[in-house]
Amino acid sequence: MTVSEKILSRASGQGKTRAGEIVKAEVDVAMMPDLTTILAINAMKEMGFKRVWDVDKVVIVLDHVAPASTLLAATVHRDIREFAREQGLKHLYDVDSGVCHQVLPEKGHVKPGYLVIGADSHTCTHGAFGAFATGVGSTDMGAIIATGKTWLKVPETIRVEVEGKLPEYVAPKDLILYTAGQIGADGATYNALEFSGSTISDMSVSGRMTLCNMAIEMGGKTGIVESDEKTLKFLKGRTEGIIEPVYADEDAKYRSVLNVDADTLEPQIACPHKVDNVKPVGEVSGTRINQAFIGSCTNGRLEDLQVAASILKGRHIHKDVRLLIVPASKEVYLQALDKGIVRSLLEAGAVLSNPSCGACFGGHIGLLAPGEVGITTSNRNFKGRQGSPEALVYLASPAVAAASAVTGLITDPRDLP
Amino acid sequence: MNIRLEGMTWEFGDDVNTDLIVPGKYLELVDYNEIALHAMEGIDPDFPKKVRKGDIVVGGRNFGCGSSREHAAIALKHVGVGAVVAESFARIFYRNAINLGLPALECPGIAEAVREGDVLDIDLIGGKVKNKTTGRELSFVPLPSFMVAILNEGGLVAYLTSHKGEW
Repeated sequence: MTVSEKILSRASGQGKTRAGEIVKAEVDVAMMPDLTTILAINAMKEMGFKRVWDVDKVVIVLDHVAPASTLLAATVHRDIREFAREQGLKHLYDVDSGVCHQVLPEKGHVKPGYLVIGADSHTCTHGAFGAFATGVGSTDMGAIIATGKTWLKVPETIRVEVEGKLPEYVAPKDLILYTAGQIGADGATYNALEFSGSTISDMSVSGRMTLCNMAIEMGGKTGIVESDEKTLKFLKGRTEGIIEPVYADEDAKYRSVLNVDADTLEPQIACPHKVDNVKPVGEVSGTRINQAFIGSCTNGRLEDLQVAASILKGRHIHKDVRLLIVPASKEVYLQALDKGIVRSLLEAGAVLSNPSCGACFGGHIGLLAPGEVGITTSNRNFKGRQGSPEALVYLASPAVAAASAVTGLITDPRDLP
Repeated sequence: MNIRLEGMTWEFGDDVNTDLIVPGKYLELVDYNEIALHAMEGIDPDFPKKVRKGDIVVGGRNFGCGSSREHAAIALKHVGVGAVVAESFARIFYRNAINLGLPALECPGIAEAVREGDVLDIDLIGGKVKNKTTGRELSFVPLPSFMVAILNEGGLVAYLTSHKGEW
C-alpha cells in the first residue's frame, strides 16, 4: 500500500482501502484561513449544527488579508474572532501569526500519518510531514467542522523519484517547477504526488514543504514525503503525544514514476500564464522586470530569505525594480531578524512586510499594474493573479528572484558578476 | 432540480482557473448575489450582464483549477448558470459545484462539439448531452445516485439537513 492508502485506511477505520475506493474518513485537523471561514461557518449553521465537533481540532488562521485593509475584511475578521470565542476554539491565530501552511506545522498541529483538511488549496503543503493533506471548499469544510468527517476518494499515487545532489543555486523550487513542466497542470488530477529518493532525504523540511505545496498546481490531491529524522527533529518540542509515522510498502502500486536527476537540474522558471509553462531560466534571461516578490507558503521560509540575503548582501537592487519580501510567519521573521537577514534585505532596497498571503493572490499588497512584469517565488502565475490581467507573472526560486531584482532582468543567479 | 437541463452555451476553453472565475480581490465578499456580480470577471467582465438563467458554461480541460475558493462555484450558480460541462474538472471546484447543487459534468469531446451560443439538452440520469443546434449527441458517465440526490435537493447543505447530518 502507498502512504495515502495507509493513512486513509486508518482514518476511515475500514481496514485496507485501495486507490479508487471512496471512504468516509475522520479528520485529524480542520484548518480554515480567514477568507473561506465565514462561508464554512454559514454552511455549518445552515446544516443545523450549532457547535463545532472538536474545539481542539478546528484551527483558524487570519492570514490572507492580514491586517485587514478594507472594511469588509475587518468585518470578516471580527466575525471570525467572535465565532472562535463563542465556540471556545482553542486555536485562533490572529493577524500577527503568518500564513496558515507555515503556522500549522510550526505550532504543532500536523503530525505524520494525520489526515489534514484545509479550506485552502495549498493544504497539500502539510504532506511534507508524512500526512495526507488536502484542500476543500467552504461547504465541505462546513460539514467537516460540524461532524469531523468527510468523504474522499483514495487517490492513486504518482511517485517522483529524485536522485543526486542539487547544484549550487538550484533549489527545491526548481525541482518542483521542473516536475510541473513534466507532469502538466492537470497531469496529477485526483492523484497523490509522492516525493522520494536521495535528494529528498537530503532535503530540509522547508524544501519538502516547497515541493508538496505545488502538488495542487498539477491537479494533485496531496503531496507526500515520508517522515524521517528531519521531520521528527522539526516536530520536537512543537507537538505532544505519540507520533505514528506511515511508510509505503515495498510492493506499493504507483500509477507512474517520474525519475529526476538532481545533479543536472538547472534553475527553472514558469512563464505566463501557466504553471506548467516551464523553461530553464536561461531561455528567458534578460526579460525586464518591475517587481520581485519573495515569500508565500511556497517560499517564505528562513532558508528562502537566507539565500536571497546571501545574494543581496553588499549589492543593491536595480533602480527600476521594487523587491517585496514577506516572511511566511512570525517565527520566520524573528529568526531572520536574529540572523541579520532582515538588515541585509532592507539595506539592499527591499520592502519587508508582515507575514500574510496578500502579495501572492492579488490581495492587499504588492499588486502589478497593467503592462508590468513580476517575478515571484509563490505558486501561481495565472492571468490577473497578482493584480492587473495585463501584467505578466513568472514563477521562480528565491535565488532567481533575488538575482533578477539586482539586475532588473530575469537572471540566473550563477551569472551574477 | 430537473433531471433534464436545457440552455444556451458560453464557451471558455482549457485551464479556466478560479482566479479568472472570481479574482482574489473579491474573496472578502460573503453575500452570494454580490459574489455573482463578478462571475467570470477575469475573462469577460460583462458575463453577468449577458448570461441568462439556465445557460450552460462549456469548458475544456481542467476547468476550475487553482484556488479552493468556493466563490467560483457560488458565482456561477448565483449568476444563473444551470450547469458546467467540461472535458475535465479540477477536483476542488468539482466538489464545490456539486455541494452547491450546480451540476458539473465531465463530458469528453464537448469543447469541440459546441460553438458558443449552441443550445444543449442534458439528460443527467441517462448521461447524454445533445447539441440541439447541430443535432450532435455526446455521452458522459452519469453521476452516482447520491450525487444526483445532492443536486436534486439543492446541494450538500439541504441534503445534510434533510438527512439529519448523515451521509
